[in-house]
Amino acid sequence: MGPQHPSTHGVLRMVLKMDGERVVDCDPVVGYLHRSIEKMAENRTFTQVIPVTDRLDYCTSMTSNYVYVLAVEKLADLTPPPRAEYIRVIMTELNRIASHLLWYGTFCLEIGATTPFLYSFRDREKVLDLFESACGARLLYNYIRIGGVSQDINQKFLDRMIEFLDYWEPIIPEYEQLLDENPIFYNRTVGVGTVPLAMCRNYGVSGPNVRAAGVAEDVRRDDPFAVYKELEFDIPVEKESDVFARYRVRMRELRESARILRQCYEKIPTGAFGLPLNYRFKVPPGETYVHIESPRGDIGCYLASSGGDMPWRCKFRTPSFVHIQLFKKLLEGVLIPDIMAICASFDIVLPETDR
Amino acid sequence: MTPGEFAAHLGEQYSEHKFSLDELNEECVLLPLEIVPQCFEFLRDDDATQMDYFDFSTCVDRPPDRLDLVYSMYSTVHKHRAQFKVILDRHNAAVPSVSHLWENANWNEREIYDLYGVFFPGHKDLRRLMMPDDWEGHPLRKDYAHPNLVVRPD
Repeated sequence: MGPQHPSTHGVLRMVLKMDGERVVDCDPVVGYLHRSIEKMAENRTFTQVIPVTDRLDYCTSMTSNYVYVLAVEKLADLTPPPRAEYIRVIMTELNRIASHLLWYGTFCLEIGATTPFLYSFRDREKVLDLFESACGARLLYNYIRIGGVSQDINQKFLDRMIEFLDYWEPIIPEYEQLLDENPIFYNRTVGVGTVPLAMCRNYGVSGPNVRAAGVAEDVRRDDPFAVYKELEFDIPVEKESDVFARYRVRMRELRESARILRQCYEKIPTGAFGLPLNYRFKVPPGETYVHIESPRGDIGCYLASSGGDMPWRCKFRTPSFVHIQLFKKLLEGVLIPDIMAICASFDIVLPETDR
Repeated sequence: MTPGEFAAHLGEQYSEHKFSLDELNEECVLLPLEIVPQCFEFLRDDDATQMDYFDFSTCVDRPPDRLDLVYSMYSTVHKHRAQFKVILDRHNAAVPSVSHLWENANWNEREIYDLYGVFFPGHKDLRRLMMPDDWEGHPLRKDYAHPNLVVRPD
């Protein structure tokens, strides 16, 4: 199956050994999208690496920008101004909404439902319009910079954001109505692709996928970065750990993101939006690791500097890389049509796996 | 547990070896190469550490002779996190596999083998992961040369 399979959001090949309609053995083959991002990062200044991190995960470029920038700031001991911290949280949460909406649409496409895709992309466009007004780009933002962000947001942006939330929050139940009481969707997802918690631990599953297995784990809560300490939000948890539970967790996360955004609107301070930094500034030698919560799970950056103006080593720990390993075990004995449902439910993104 | 306490805790268990913090990364404990799998098994199973979540492992190339192998781990029980580092000989890099302890280590080790040329004896399925099977060389090594790879002039 693959590498050009429509349901893989990129290029994933799965070598399947079949017995009729049932999978006997599955070997996921990755690397088709390997663009040597980590090697490229070693040959650019710290600032020039940011647009490269955009290409890690095209659905949530803000989070990839963010984790890299946090690593540089930790190593260089820089503290961004409070306004920048809030802007970053706003952008990350908006990106989480955009990413979950994209997931919702494509997930439904993959199990054969076309209509939800149209609704989710209609609303995702509105989030992308917001990004466009803030930084000029719709998908690859290069917005979060070392010490702050590339440009300030104005009151008009914030008002448009609230306008969007007022319009969009009542629509979330509509998304759910399309699927929740649909017997076909129910039969395709409940009890399919169940991952026991012990298996989650062994494989290092994170993000919404582990929250669907009944534990409230979230980097935003367990290891808070930026201003997440000051914000109130719940961590949605489901117990069943099947495809349906993973869908439910993501739907509930949409509401929590909206809640965070409304608090940011109230609390965002005025002031500077970045630190003045030399273009080729140097970072003291050392190594560090930071991680944040991306819409897909725990994304991290291990950064080593040798004291120059370019990273010595820049490793990205990406959640999809971890989740794809799970398929070998998980797809044993499932039917061919369920492969789609299971793969899609993990929200894998191949560019971030292959880097 | 802080990284310093990890070093002390490991020192109590394996008193004949020395455990210190890495001077480059204060969250990182240096492990002696000889007892790598035993250390990790201990870290995973001991009640005080319980590192049940293997985050990732990666390498940092430090020519001419040194190659650092970094492991990052987390305990979902105690909510503590640390990195562990093993210093390898760059010309003959090999370290026993830990993929039997955490499944997640499987692909991480394959990736390191592919991009850095580190061997993991004991690994079930050590193939290239990112690069094509017939690729020559290990691209993330600092001395890797390729016609398409242009080094930025300083």
